[in-house]
Amino acid sequence: MKRIEVKNLKKQFNTIEAVKGINFQINQSETLALLGPNGCGKTTTIGMLLGLITPTSGNIFINEQELNYKNHQFLSIMNFASPYVELPKKLTVLENLKVYGRMYLIKNLKDKIDQLVEDLNLKSFLNKRTGELSSGQKNRVSLAKSLINDPKILLLDEPTASLDPDTGDYVRSYLEKYKQENDISILLASHNMDEVTRLSDDVLMMKEGQIIDHGKAKELIDKHGRDTLEQVFLKLVREKNEH
Amino acid sequence: MNIKRSSSLMLRHFYLIRSSFPRIFDLIYWPTVQIILWGFVSKFFTMHSDYFNNVAGVILSAAILYDFLFRSSISYNMLFLEEIWSRNIINLFVSPLKISEIILALTSSALIRTMIGLVPAALIAIPLFGISIFELGLPLILLLFSLYLFGVTLGLLVTAGLVRFGPSFENVAWASLFFIAPLGCIYYPVEILPNWVQPIALGLPLAHIFEEMRNILVNQSVDFKNIYYAIGLNFIYLTFAISIFYKSFSSAKQKGTLVNIGE
Ligand SMILES: Nc1ncnc2c1ncn2[C@@H]1O[C@H](COP(=O)(O)OP(=O)(O)O)[C@@H](O)[C@H]1O
Ligand SMILES: [Mg+2]
Repeated sequence: MKRIEVKNLKKQFNTIEAVKGINFQINQSETLALLGPNGCGKTTTIGMLLGLITPTSGNIFINEQELNYKNHQFLSIMNFASPYVELPKKLTVLENLKVYGRMYLIKNLKDKIDQLVEDLNLKSFLNKRTGELSSGQKNRVSLAKSLINDPKILLLDEPTASLDPDTGDYVRSYLEKYKQENDISILLASHNMDEVTRLSDDVLMMKEGQIIDHGKAKELIDKHGRDTLEQVFLKLVREKNEH
Repeated sequence: MNIKRSSSLMLRHFYLIRSSFPRIFDLIYWPTVQIILWGFVSKFFTMHSDYFNNVAGVILSAAILYDFLFRSSISYNMLFLEEIWSRNIINLFVSPLKISEIILALTSSALIRTMIGLVPAALIAIPLFGISIFELGLPLILLLFSLYLFGVTLGLLVTAGLVRFGPSFENVAWASLFFIAPLGCIYYPVEILPNWVQPIALGLPLAHIFEEMRNILVNQSVDFKNIYYAIGLNFIYLTFAISIFYKSFSSAKQKGTLVNIGE
């Protein structure tokens, strides 16, 4: 089953063409990485999938239904996390989880929260204010929020960009395990090669609003005759610049 | 519209206020100071005016009612700014929360915030100045309701500006209220205004609300026509404000400003 399908999606801001007609799909339980330099259109693409940005043209299908910007119900099976969004700082971790559990109309919320607290190791700071946590702890709480509705589709915008290597690794390991155990499709925007290699089934290379190549990380490495995904990335980004 | 979903946002603001003494203090402090100031002003006028004998009651009641309007409108914007400042706002937009549910949550949370501030202030005025807005009786509820609708209207319009133009629009929140004050005929009858301004003032619900408040306190009788007129006007403005609020979202989605609204 196709969880997400995007057809000829475009977004133009005034004179800037941020996304220039891209096509891709993500199947059930698959993780797709959007890999590309700053400003290539990753956040804009995610914004359109979440209904935060209206596309200039093109179509988005969520669970094989065309996305209807008037009806927000598709959002109840999706969730989102990124370092540029935070949870209310003055609320305790538990209060935040209760608020978001209610917002997503979670049944048996108490059990759900218990499970997340257990899985993400939140117990020791559950009654602390979210603003007083370390950035690693905050990140785990944000992750808990983004999994509170057992999303079928999870959108992550550079999820580990602001984390120290240790916490970044914790998050990647957790996600790796989570996706093995759950039916979840993930769209991961990143320029962290390790993250992309470890988590993704497929990689889209983006540059200047276009998809310049796609395939499995390993296939891309072989195809371009390089040793790592990073080298492929650098090759593709620089190559086209010379035209 | 799903009430439970909407209540999650109310719960968030309840937790916020409960956890923060400075916030509660802030809510109570300003209306109280305002009431005390106007209490003394009215007392002074009573001693030097024979315009009508209840002048103190009229001025202080007007001050309390105006503060109610002011607070409800500012509360509305504060609730929204709070989400922008805490960088939480995208979490709300990516949830299934509908705009109508956001409006409902903000509207009821703002009412509670306003009441927390106003009830103590109104009670303090009784022993301190011997003036009780509760003397307005049952119509008081209608006057407050009417003021509240207008407060929400202004709140929605300014919040729409915040959505569309970002937090820098905040200053307009304050300016809009001070701009409307002279036209609102809060402390004086509409006849005081220059002739050409009067129709503009009468086009706002405020003039009718405060006119009626004076009528009740001075003539001890209720003219429901003013009240109905005010409520009618309010619904027209409110409908307009709600449609602007929806428009601001669709325009922000076109411009892509929701994604980085806090910056
Ligand atoms: N709201 C906006 N208005 C105008 N230009 C924008 C807006 N959002 C993004 N852009 C531009 O669109 C391009 C793609 O941005 P973005 O999607 O944020 O890239 P990425 O997430 O890959 O770094 C950039 O050139 C950026 O400056
Ligand atoms: Mg980005």
